[in-house]
Formats: sequence, C-alpha cells, structure tokens
Amino acid sequence: MAVTDSTTLGQLSASRRLKNASATVMVTAAFGLALVPLVWLGWTVISKGIDRFFVDSNGEHNFNLDFLQQSMRGVVGGVPTGGALHAIWGTVLITLTTALISVPIGVLAAIYLVEYGRGHVKRAVTFFVDVMTGIPSIVAGLFAYALAAVIMGPGTKTGFVGAIALSVLMIPVVVRASEEMLRLVPNELREASYALGVPKWLTVIKVVLRTAVAGLATAVTLAIARVIGETAPLLIAVGFADSMNLNIFDGRMMTLPVYIVSEWRKGEAVCNDPSVPCIPEITEYRAWAAALVLILIVMALNLVARLISRLFAPKTGR
Amino acid sequence: MSKRIDVNNLNVYYGDFLAVEDVSLSIEPRSVTAFIGPSGCGKSTFLRTINRMHEVIPGARVEGEVLMDGVDLYAPGIDPVAVRRHVGMVFQRANPFPTMSIAENVLAGYRLGNKRVSKVDAEELVESSLRGANLWEEVKDRLDKPGSSLSGGQQQRLCIARAIAIRPDVLLMDEPCSALDPISTLAIEDLMQELKEDYTIVIVTHNMQQAARVADRTAFFNIAGTGKPGKLIEMNDTRVMFSSPHEKATEDYISGRFG
Repeated sequence: MAVTDSTTLGQLSASRRLKNASATVMVTAAFGLALVPLVWLGWTVISKGIDRFFVDSNGEHNFNLDFLQQSMRGVVGGVPTGGALHAIWGTVLITLTTALISVPIGVLAAIYLVEYGRGHVKRAVTFFVDVMTGIPSIVAGLFAYALAAVIMGPGTKTGFVGAIALSVLMIPVVVRASEEMLRLVPNELREASYALGVPKWLTVIKVVLRTAVAGLATAVTLAIARVIGETAPLLIAVGFADSMNLNIFDGRMMTLPVYIVSEWRKGEAVCNDPSVPCIPEITEYRAWAAALVLILIVMALNLVARLISRLFAPKTGR
Repeated sequence: MSKRIDVNNLNVYYGDFLAVEDVSLSIEPRSVTAFIGPSGCGKSTFLRTINRMHEVIPGARVEGEVLMDGVDLYAPGIDPVAVRRHVGMVFQRANPFPTMSIAENVLAGYRLGNKRVSKVDAEELVESSLRGANLWEEVKDRLDKPGSSLSGGQQQRLCIARAIAIRPDVLLMDEPCSALDPISTLAIEDLMQELKEDYTIVIVTHNMQQAARVADRTAFFNIAGTGKPGKLIEMNDTRVMFSSPHEKATEDYISGRFG
C-alpha cells in the first residue's frame, strides 16, 4: 500500500480511486444482472400475452378485448374466441374473500403479539405462526378440501373452499409483516397516550394502528400478491370451470392461475375444417394473455398500496 | 385545580428488584418541586409512580401510599387510567402524535379517550391551552399543520399544551428541557413559573442550576451503588438545599464532587 505518494490533504489516493471505481462497477453490474430476469420476464409476458388481443373472432389480425369480455363457455377446438372473464372474476372474488378472512385474523394476532402477549402463550403463538409460513401450498389445498368434505359433504369444490386454502397461506404472512409494522411505532407515542389517561385498547386503535396503517396496507398488499398466483391449492379446492360463476358458495369457479394450467394442457388445437376460423396456437395465446392479466392485477394492487401509504403516512410538512 | 401530593413509605419494585426504597415526602400545591440526583438514582422511576405510569412495564409494582389531597391513588378500587387524567406528564423527548395536526394534538386527551367536545369548546380549548403553553402566537396561523412540523422547543411546548388541555391537578415533567437548546429551555422555565399559579408541578432534572432557578422546593435522591435501591436523602426549600444542606451527600452532589 503506497504511503509514499505525495497527495495533498483532501485528495483521494490512486488506490482509493481505483477501489471506488471497481466497487461502483461491481455494484452496478450486480444490479443490472438482478434486473435481467425481471426485464426478460416482463418482455416475454407482454410480447406473448398481447397476441390474444390481436386475434378477433374471425381469426383476423384486429385489436379486440374479447379476452376480457368472454368466458370459455362453449368454446372448443381452435375457435379464436374465448376469454378469461370468468377466471378474472374468480380470482378477484376468491382473493377478496381470502383477504376478508385473513386480514382481521392476521392483524389482530399481530396486535396480540406486540401489545398484549407475554410468556408461554406468546411463544406458542409465535411458534405456530412460524410453522404456518412453511406449509406447502398444496397441503393447504388438501386441508381446505378435507375440511369442506367433512363439513359440507365430500367433493365440495367452491370458491369459498379455495378462499380457506389461501387463507391458511396468507394469515402467517399478514401476521409477520404486521408485527414488524406495529413494532416500528415508537414506544414514546404509546406513553404519550397513556399519560393523557387513555385506556390501552383505545391507545392501540387510535395511536398504534393509526400510525402504522401505511405499513399495514403495504403488508396486506404483499400478502395478497403472494397468494394471488397460487395454483396447486386452487386446483384441488376449487377445480375448473368454463362458465361465469359469481357465487363463491356454490359451484366451481375458474381462477387465473388454474386457467393458465387448463389452457396450456390443451396443447395445440387441431384445425381440420378450412371454412371455420381456427387458430392452432389459440390455447397458448390465451394462457399467456392470462399471465399478462395476472401480472397487471398484481401491479395494480401494488399501486393501490402505495396510494394508501401516501394517504395515511404520518406527515412531516416542514 | 391544583392539589397536594403526600407520599408515605413508598417502595418501588420491578419484579423482585427494589428500585426505590422507602420514600416519604410532600409536594405543596401551586408550587414547583424538583427532584435532583445522579443518573440511575430512581428519580424518574419515582416520578412515574405518582401517575401510575410505571405500571405499563410488566412486573412493576409499589408498596406504600401516594395521596392526592387525601385520596390514595393506589387504593384497590382506583383505575390507573383515571389517575392519569388527574396527573399529567410531559416527557424528556417531545412526542407529538405524528398523524395529527397541531390542534388535534392539543385535543388528543379528549379525542383519543372518546370524550365529546363541542366544536366551539374545542376551539376555545385549543386556544387557551396553547396560550397557557406560550405557543399560541407562533402557531395560531397553522393549527392544521402536522404536529411534527415544529421545532424541538415548540414540540415540547405543544406536549405541555396537550397535557394541560385535560386540566390535570398535577403536572409531572421528566427532564423536559434536556433535549432542548438554552433559549427553548428558558422559555419553558418561564412557562413553569406561570403554570404553577394553576397547577402543582413536579420536575425531574439533571441540571442543578435549573432546579435552583425554577423550584420552590427540591428533593435530592441518591443511590449507594449499582444494584442497590435509590433513596430520598434530603428535601427542603431550594434556597436552603443549595446554601446549607444538612446531609453530606447532598453537599457533595451540589458542589459537584460526584454526579
């Protein structure tokens, strides 16, 4: 290491400049490398997913939104119709139900762990939440299916059963993330509230939760994004369907991940009759289009979470 | 509004550990009383027992009595939350609620506790509390700005306004100026002289000169060593404490031989 260079006070030596430059290059390269799969994936999904939107019902190259307006009812072979409206509705309804079940349970459990929990009970709850985070998704699906078989009769596959399966996966994520967010609320705010003669439960609701709500919204959104693409549990608990079904308590529903599986497994369609519009790759187009829609839904959820964050975050306003 | 406090043989425990041993003292209404002593001698712990704030720490308990105008705050039927509405507290670091505006912060004692305040009363309360804390002139034009947009000294005065808005009988201040610059400190010390007309004030301070400036009576706490309980060594009128203290330990502390 050169001590002999005659740098004046304040100038970086040559070796430090070299280290600085090489570190910058390495960090930037690592970032670029990490971005590659993301960009590649995004590009692939967009370029392949867009294909379905450019095939109209006559098999011609025209932009149309049939995919978002039709279900798969009555669609066979290579006919260039058929969309995922039923799957989009299925995903939305099932995910919403899952959130309605998981968020209250998860947030209340987090409140217990942070504000009230002590001793053996707290340790037990923490342990079981940790175990739940590791449950394989297909096991959650089997559990929900078995539960429905016991309560509602064997072979019950409804949207609600799917919501139960996804809740098993979503609750531990909500608990963990909410716990982090609640711990971030500084203790001095709780003390300030107690010193004003505010009882503990009101302090938790009006000070702790109110201060943490931005973080909680992000936590919930991330948890939803994690379960929205789960395929295995929905295959078991909800099954397949071709038509619109908006009743989560009755009958099977299609969901986007299961739709992708279903279209993909059909393989290329056979086109024998030249008088009828027929596109062999239509099943592949539909699968990719569904993937694109799913990713767009997750992006939209992230944007919503950011908006909520911005709206409720403690303001500094200097 | 202002009440006297009598403490009889108070022992403060954290679990089995005795933190403060056998304190008996009286705090006069409409006065400023200061607790001084070296770090870790239990003065903040003792202060917190006056409004039962130590109970938020699991395992903390007391033996003995704290009487406010004759009423024992530790009697079996007494709700600690109710005690804190009569004995307010201001902390070392200003802690305005970041999600609330300045006006909402002042009214927090009511809003958080689900107590109704009519709109007219609310405006009046905000103005009188902020005037009482010498903050009105500086913030009257921006009452709906967030509480955390103020400087440190202003935030502390906001916390004082918030504490007096619920009209407590006693106001406890735990080293209120230790995080502030000298000008803000002076502002708050002047404020204490005004507030003592209406409230009983107890302050804990590390700064002996501050105690000499603001307090009518001073209590000196000391600790024999780490792991030992803190004790009240001496309590007297401030002038007497600083000119001719009775105990040697007091004299050593005041003349800076330790601390």
